[in-house]
Amino acid sequence: MATRMKPVDVVLVGFGWTASILAQELTNAGLQVLALERGKFRDTIPDFASTHIQDELKYAARDGLFEEPARQTLTFRNSTSQEALPMRHLGSFLPASGAGGAGVHWNGQMWRFLPTDFVIRSHTEARYGKKFIPADMTIQDWGVTYADLEPYYDKFEYLCGVSGIAGNIQGKLQPGGNPFEGPRARPYPLPPLKRSYATTLFDQAAKDAGFKPFPCAAANTSKPYKNPYGVQMGECTYCGYCEWFACGNYSKASPQSTIFPVLLPKDNFSYRTLCNVTRVNLDSSGKRATGVNYVDAQGREFEQPASLVILCAFAQHNAHLMLLSGIGKPYDPKTGHGAVGKNYAYQITSSVDVFIDKITNPFMGAGALGQAIDEFNGDNFDHGPAGFVGGGYLAAWSTGGRPILQQHGAPDGTPAWGAGWKKAIHENYQRSLSIATHGSVMSFRGSYLDLDPTYRDVYGSPLLRLTFDFHDNEIRMSKYLTDKAALIAKAMKPKSYKVNYRQGHYSILPYETTHNTGGVPMGADPTTSAVNPYLQSWDVHNVFVMGSSVFPQNAGYNPTATVGALAYWAVDKIRNLYLKNPGPLVQA
Amino acid sequence: MRKITRREMLQTSALAGSASAVSWFGIRAGQAAPATTNPATTPVPTGSYSYFTTAEAAFVDAAIGRLIPADELGPGAREASVAIFIDRQLVGSYGRADTWYMQGPWKTGAPEQGYQLRLTPAQLYRVAIEGVNKYCRQHFGDKTFAELAADEQDKVLHGLESGAIELAAAPAKEFFNMLWQNTGEGYFADPMYGGNRAFAGWKLVGFPGPRYNYINEIEQYGKPYPLPPVGLKGRSGSDGGKD
Repeated sequence: MATRMKPVDVVLVGFGWTASILAQELTNAGLQVLALERGKFRDTIPDFASTHIQDELKYAARDGLFEEPARQTLTFRNSTSQEALPMRHLGSFLPASGAGGAGVHWNGQMWRFLPTDFVIRSHTEARYGKKFIPADMTIQDWGVTYADLEPYYDKFEYLCGVSGIAGNIQGKLQPGGNPFEGPRARPYPLPPLKRSYATTLFDQAAKDAGFKPFPCAAANTSKPYKNPYGVQMGECTYCGYCEWFACGNYSKASPQSTIFPVLLPKDNFSYRTLCNVTRVNLDSSGKRATGVNYVDAQGREFEQPASLVILCAFAQHNAHLMLLSGIGKPYDPKTGHGAVGKNYAYQITSSVDVFIDKITNPFMGAGALGQAIDEFNGDNFDHGPAGFVGGGYLAAWSTGGRPILQQHGAPDGTPAWGAGWKKAIHENYQRSLSIATHGSVMSFRGSYLDLDPTYRDVYGSPLLRLTFDFHDNEIRMSKYLTDKAALIAKAMKPKSYKVNYRQGHYSILPYETTHNTGGVPMGADPTTSAVNPYLQSWDVHNVFVMGSSVFPQNAGYNPTATVGALAYWAVDKIRNLYLKNPGPLVQA
Repeated sequence: MRKITRREMLQTSALAGSASAVSWFGIRAGQAAPATTNPATTPVPTGSYSYFTTAEAAFVDAAIGRLIPADELGPGAREASVAIFIDRQLVGSYGRADTWYMQGPWKTGAPEQGYQLRLTPAQLYRVAIEGVNKYCRQHFGDKTFAELAADEQDKVLHGLESGAIELAAAPAKEFFNMLWQNTGEGYFADPMYGGNRAFAGWKLVGFPGPRYNYINEIEQYGKPYPLPPVGLKGRSGSDGGKD
C-alpha cells in the first residue's frame, strides 16, 4: 500500500532542464513545487569538479552520468514484422539519470528551429503540392509558430548565456551570422567562442565552395556572464570535456549552472531524488489527475497528491508514463488512430573525415565550438528537384579529442587493428578534422512507441517498445547533405578525405545522437496530437508534458533550444491562463 | 577466482613470447626503464590478476599484443599493461554488467538490436577464451593461442573478427568486438585504471591528457602543444608510482 504524502500544488516528474525552468517560474508564482527525480542529486561542486570529471573511461565509455538500462530501458525493433528485444546496454542515444538531466552532459549546441519547421505540412503542401508528402509520412504543423516562440527562445538563450553572432535581428540580416535563421529580437548575450583551427579551415573552405559559414551558437560562455536570475557563470577554458561530461567550470549552461543557485534555497521548492514515478493517478472520471505514485530507493511506494502534474522526463519516458497511466488514446499504427506513442522521430547523421598535413590540436575545444552552413536545412533550398522532405546543417565541431571514443578515424584503406592501424592513428589523430551532417527525421505511420508485451522494468511495469527505422526519404536526404559536406572537404585541399554515408537500417548501437523526439505530439487537432499547443493533455487538463516528446517530427537542428523555449512558453500560459481558470486551455 | 602468483605470471609472459619481464613491484618502486629506452624492449609490467586464470591472462596478453603491437612507434597494448586494465574491468561493475538489462527471455536478434547474450562481459571472456584455445589446439598441433607464432595469431584473430571461426559457447564476432573495444579503452584510458602505462597510448597520438585550460593555446593554429601528458593522478599517471 502506498504511503500518502502531504499534497503539493505542482509535482514535476524529473528534475532536468524543463523541470528546473518550471520550478523556478512556478515557485515565483507562489506555488508549492516538488520535483521527483529517479537519479541522484548532482551539483557542480563536488560532483563535476575538474579534478575527476575529465575521465573518459568512467563518464563516456562506462556511461557514468546516464540512465541504467538495468532499472529502465526499452525494447527495439526496426519494423512490426520483428520481435522487439531489450536495449541491454546504452548505445544509439544516452538519456541521463540524476538532477540536471541531460542538461548536465549535453554539448550546449543552441539552434532555433526555422519558421517553416513549425508549419511544415501546410508550408510543404503550399510550395510543392499535396502529393509531395509521401502517404505514410505523418508530419503535422505544431500549432505554435516561430513568432509565438521567439520571446521564449530569447528567454532561454539569455538564461544560458549563449555565445554567438545573430544572423537576423528583427528582419535585418547581420554580417557573419546565419542568414537563414528566423528573425530574433536582439543579439546573443555573448560574442562567439574563440575559434579552433578546424573551424577556421571549415570557414574558409565553405566560403571557397560558395556557402555562407557562421560560428555556431554555443551555450558555453565565451566571457563571464550573469544571467537574468542573477546566477554567475565563468569563461569557458576549452578543456574539451562537454559532451557526455559535466562542466566543473560554470561555463556550460545546465540547470546547475543557471538555475539551481536561486531555486534550491526557496522555501516553496523541494525535490526528492532516487524516486521513480511509476504512474500518474487519475480520478474516477479519468479527466483529472490527482497526483503520482513513485517508488523510492528502498523500494517503498508513495502516493504524492498534487493539483498539477507536469511530465518533465526524457522524451520517450514521458510517452511511457502516459501509456502506463492511461492518459490519452494509445496510437494504433494499423488504423492511424490515437496519438500517445505516435510520431516518434530521431535525427540522421553522417560525416566526412578530412586528413591534412597541419596540426589541428583536436583536444582543445568546447561542446558547441563549431562552424556551420545552413543552406540545406529545413526549406532553405528548393526541394522540388531533390524530391525529399527535410534537411540539415553541415558543421565542423571542435568538441574535444578524447582518445577512446573521439578520434576522427583514419583514411580509407587503414586496417581495423594491428601495426597498420597503429601507424594510421599516430599519423592522423593530430592532423584531421571531421565535417558532420545533422539531418532531420520526419514522422511516419510505422515509427511509434507502445508498451512491450513481454519485457518488464525493475518496477514491474511493461517496458516501452520502440518501432523505428530510417526511411528512404531520410537516407536520400542524408546522402544529399553528405555530398555537400564532401564538396567542402574537397575545398580544403586535404591529403585525403573519407565519406561516411548513413546507410542501412537504424541500429540501437553504436552512438548516433540523443535527439529522440515524439510520442506525445503537440498540435491543434486533438485527433492527431496528444497535447494542445500549450503542451496540455487534451484528455486530462491538469497534466502538461514538456520536452522533445511533444515534437510532432524532428527538424534538422539540435533540439534543446526548442525544448527550453517550449517550457518557457508553456509555463507562461500556465501562470497567466491556467492558474486563473483551471481547465482545458483549448476546447477539443 | 584465484589470484595469479608472480612466478606464474613470469611463466605466462614467457609463454606469451614477451621480450622480458619485471615484477609490478619493481615498477612501483621506480625501477622502470628510462624514457629513452627502445619501446620494443621496454619491460612488460606484470602483476597479480584478479579475474583471469593463468591461461586466460596468457591469451589476453598475446591477443592484445597483436591488436596493438609494439613497434618503432612505441609500446603496444601489452607493454601498456592493457591486460591488467581488462582484468580490473572484468572484476568490477563492467564485468558483471551491473548497469545492463539482464532479464530474459533471451533471444537472438537482428544485428541492429544489439547485444542479446545472456553472458556478462566477464563470462563472455571466460567461455570465449576457452573456445579459442580449443580451436587453436585442434588446428595448430595442440598449441594454445599464446603459443602460436604472430602470423598464426593474426589469422585466428581475423577468423574471430569475421565470424569464420565458430566457438561453441558464444558468437566469436561478439567476443572479438568486446576484446577490441576493451583493448582500445585500456590503451587510451587514464593510467589510473591500470592500462595506458607511462601514457603509451596518449604519447602515440599526441594527446596531452585531461588538461583544464587551453585559452591561450586554442588560437595558435598549427602549433604543437608543448607540455607532456598528465593524468588525473598527476604526471606519473598512477597512484604513488613514478615512471
